[in-house]
Amino acid sequence: MNDWLLPLTLASSLLAGLIIFFLPERSVGWRSALNLGAAVLKLACVAAMLWGTQQGISYELRLPFLPGHELLLRADPLGLLFVTLSAVLWLLTTVYAIGYLEHSPNRSRFFGFFSLCVTATVGIALSGNLLTFFLFYELLTLATYPLVVHRGTPQVLQAGARYLAYTLGGGVVLLAAIVWLQTLVGPVEFRSGGALVALEATAGVENWMLVGIFALFIAGLGVKAAIAPLHGWLPQAMVAPAPVSALLHAVAVVKAGAFGIVRVVYEVFGIEFAHNLGVLLPLAVVASVTIVFGSLRALTQDDLKRRLAYSTVSQVSYIVLGVALFGPAGTIGGLVHLVHQGIMKITLFFCAGNYAETLGVHRISQMAGIGQRMPWTTAAFTVGALGMIGVPPVAGFISKWYLGLGAIEAGLGWVLAVLLFSSLLNAAYFLPILRLAWFEAPPPSWPHEAHAAHAAHAAHEAQPDNPPHAHPTAPDSAPPPRTGDAAPLLLLPTLCAAALALLAGLAAGVPLSPLDWVRFITATEYLP
Amino acid sequence: MIEAWGAALSTGWEGISGLWSAGVSVWLPTGSALVLLGLLGMLLAPSILRQLLAFNVMGSGIFVLLLALRPPGPSGVADPVAQALILTGIVIAIAATALGVRLARRYFELTGQTELPEDRDAARDD
Amino acid sequence: MTEGLLLPLLVLWPLLVGLGVYALPERASAALQVLGTVAMAGLVVGVLASPEPLRAALGGWAAPLGIGLHADRLAESMLVLTLLVYAAVLLYAQAYFAHGSELARRFWPLAWMLWAGLNAGYLSADLFNLYVALELVGLAAVGLTALTGQSTALAAALRYLLAALLASNLFLLAVVLLYTSTGSLALDSVGAHLAATGSSTWAAKLALALALVALALKTALAPLHFWLPAAHGNAVTPVSALLSALVLKVSLLILLRLWLELAPVLDLALLGLLLALLGLVASVWGSVLALTQRKIKMLIAYSSVAQVGYLFLPLAWLLPGGLGAALALEATVLHLLAHGLAKAAMFLAAGVLVLSAGRDDLASLRGAVAREPLAFAALTLAGVSLIGLPPSLGFAAKWQMMQAALLADQWPWLLWLLGGTLLSAAYVFRVLRLAFLPASEAFEARAPLPQRLSLCALALALLAAFGGFGAAAFSDWLAADALLGHWGGA
Repeated sequence: MNDWLLPLTLASSLLAGLIIFFLPERSVGWRSALNLGAAVLKLACVAAMLWGTQQGISYELRLPFLPGHELLLRADPLGLLFVTLSAVLWLLTTVYAIGYLEHSPNRSRFFGFFSLCVTATVGIALSGNLLTFFLFYELLTLATYPLVVHRGTPQVLQAGARYLAYTLGGGVVLLAAIVWLQTLVGPVEFRSGGALVALEATAGVENWMLVGIFALFIAGLGVKAAIAPLHGWLPQAMVAPAPVSALLHAVAVVKAGAFGIVRVVYEVFGIEFAHNLGVLLPLAVVASVTIVFGSLRALTQDDLKRRLAYSTVSQVSYIVLGVALFGPAGTIGGLVHLVHQGIMKITLFFCAGNYAETLGVHRISQMAGIGQRMPWTTAAFTVGALGMIGVPPVAGFISKWYLGLGAIEAGLGWVLAVLLFSSLLNAAYFLPILRLAWFEAPPPSWPHEAHAAHAAHAAHEAQPDNPPHAHPTAPDSAPPPRTGDAAPLLLLPTLCAAALALLAGLAAGVPLSPLDWVRFITATEYLP
Repeated sequence: MIEAWGAALSTGWEGISGLWSAGVSVWLPTGSALVLLGLLGMLLAPSILRQLLAFNVMGSGIFVLLLALRPPGPSGVADPVAQALILTGIVIAIAATALGVRLARRYFELTGQTELPEDRDAARDD
Repeated sequence: MTEGLLLPLLVLWPLLVGLGVYALPERASAALQVLGTVAMAGLVVGVLASPEPLRAALGGWAAPLGIGLHADRLAESMLVLTLLVYAAVLLYAQAYFAHGSELARRFWPLAWMLWAGLNAGYLSADLFNLYVALELVGLAAVGLTALTGQSTALAAALRYLLAALLASNLFLLAVVLLYTSTGSLALDSVGAHLAATGSSTWAAKLALALALVALALKTALAPLHFWLPAAHGNAVTPVSALLSALVLKVSLLILLRLWLELAPVLDLALLGLLLALLGLVASVWGSVLALTQRKIKMLIAYSSVAQVGYLFLPLAWLLPGGLGAALALEATVLHLLAHGLAKAAMFLAAGVLVLSAGRDDLASLRGAVAREPLAFAALTLAGVSLIGLPPSLGFAAKWQMMQAALLADQWPWLLWLLGGTLLSAAYVFRVLRLAFLPASEAFEARAPLPQRLSLCALALALLAAFGGFGAAAFSDWLAADALLGHWGGA
């Protein structure tokens, strides 16, 4: 019973994805059923593994792969944290995507790759060694590319080419790090407290080599984690449909990079070993620069998704910053922000998608008074925004609190200043939106309703060069413009995500909350 | 007259067999020259047919070299392995030449060209 | 006694089938080919199953006079690769050629003769037999290139023929020099002879140089690759698959054998470095040119030029006393397999797309991609192996190469091994992005092509894309250390 739980977690989305590829475009019911069924199944498997781990059962799967190196899947606490986040958010995003893409072409293709993308993310979470991690990391790149270029316009394809160049380049650097390290010390499995500490071969390796390998790891993983200056792909990738942006920024790609950095620092090098090597300070500096840079760039963006993109650049580096702060508080802050940022960011992207889909609003300048027209969405947006700024009781406050503590613990007072400054910047680019949305008068008509036909919008998004009447999907399937808030399929996940963000903050002290869990993980990383 | 011719022939024959028993002094340079000529021909000759001819010249040169480097033993019998190699080589050369000639002829029928078009490797292919 | 027949049969049987196919009418010929392929599979399995590497001396004549055949792990790997590719290509060709077409009638006998020549090249333990095998392969390949009889095909075939003939002569010259300086034609004793009589090394060096040039020309190592793009890019799809996947490999294998044999006797370090550098240039050159191609088959042909470059890289570390030697050998074999499977799959898949679109250029393949998703999936999976992403065979090969480079203390090569990934990805994705373009013309409903075509491509592509999982087992089986046993200790 236990043996197949791990593979089943992976297989649920993999098989669903493969089947969906072959479904005809019209079979909406089957496709949705498969998607949702797989998402629920995955959640169930994750829950089972959680329960089992509580009981003391360990889940592990080894497969021969390359000579001398095997594939290793393992459900350890850190991995379970990430996989739970992924599974929950995937369920929400699936519901959202079904609603969002209701009238788009190529849905089978989209959901097929969507499922592959989640398979890769789960694989990353459950990897037990560097090689397995790399395998799923590259699979993620391959699975997300089709999602980014889904719309097929020249602009989109160019963004996709850029995305590939960055992510494959990062993959190459990561591979260099892995090969170098493993040629020196042999196969490296993730281990709480650091694998290198335990391997005797490490003693023979010179320090400069270890530092170099560490730098390569950060560079390779930093592309996906959007560490400046490797973040260039992220704002461009906003051309993807909203569910993709939500997935990429909250769950999959960016988190995978950050998660990789967490694994490398804690479970490959080990926090104390890294501290002794002296690599933590440069990492903290790089993270801080990214935090400030991302926030500053976000200030100048009028396009909502791009502002959120730069916000992501900034926020993910909080995780890296937490990792770089030597001391339990910093670790807690960084790890718990992995979860919190995911939930909050996905809320914000869902809201952005709602605005675009329902009213055709893409830019912040168009959002005047939108709170009166779409109150629920805007309420969710408010929750997310407040969390980003760090206002209690939304979850973001908890992460920032611990990060601050961690800065003090590590003796890096300037980091506190960075945290405060960036919170101010966050306020500076989120509060005006809230003010605009709630307190300004709405315009006479929204961009969507100004268009002659709703179908033209969907056709425009998919194939701008085609005249509307040549659109393959029948225009008569498009609904009339909505009069209320977003469609139920879009609104429900949005509200759930917002609720989760609130809950994570309110119930932070409760056992099995993310915070509690992270405390447990941190303890294992610091104990000898 | 006949005696004079006979004398000339037998002198010539003695000379040749003398050279032969003197070893490789004639055949080695001959073979090498043929190989080099054939090689140059294959690389530089303009038309297909000439390249095929050069191929044959080079092949013959290689066979001569083989014989030169493997002179007959004291019993006067040529090296059987060398013979086998050369015979096989000749057969292969004939087959290859036949194929080449047939292709060249068909190519000429279709295009009227006896030379291959310029090599367009570095250019974009259309 | 029956085991002694296995090896000669591997060469003889395809010849017989080729003759039979030539003589028989279409229906019987198809049946014969099925029978023939199954029989070949049986023979290969028989060879694999034997606990000791098989040897056969034809006619009972032992070395140095006899023709010896020897099935070591290298040969067995290539036999299996050839069997897999041929099975897929023959099945494909059955559906690809219109029934009873002239093209088909010409294709079958030549294809089977090529198979015989390839097997002879893998199994020969005798220098002259290697020459004969190379000739057989060359002539059959030229015939296949000229299959359509059009002027472009003829020009490509003629250029190929002349290059092949030049190479053959150079190789023959090398054989002659080796034979006359060692008195033996048997490959395994050449090295021993030379070691014993140290005085003849100049002849051996010249011979090796000639043989290397000859084999590099046949394997299309840049800058000697000029004949390849026209030949592979313009040929009929099944032919392109066979040429790129298999014909290029047999000459490389022979080069490997010579290398392994002569490396303990001659100092090959500089030569290995030179060849590896040429390989690097080749992989850059081929990749860059692939980026500029407008026709998909030419793109794939230039990709072969690039991948051949990778095959030569390990020669820099394949030296006696070198720490990375066994890994380098293993990496080369893995790469031979990976490229053979992936390239064949790519050509077969591209052939489906071109058939469906009716045209060859990349821009007009968009509609075909939508009509033939399986073929496109095959193309993608093959591309994954070509780029070298896990868990493909290509990744396993690259991994071993990197480890070999690091062990041999030659880490600068790592930079290219890694960087090459990006170049390969660039031209592979140039093809893959087709799937996401909006349809340039209205979606036509054309008669769908037989699924079998795509499935053949897909089968090979799956093997290439997931073959990395078998790499550990393969490495144990190959036992590269044993293959290098005659090199002695470090």
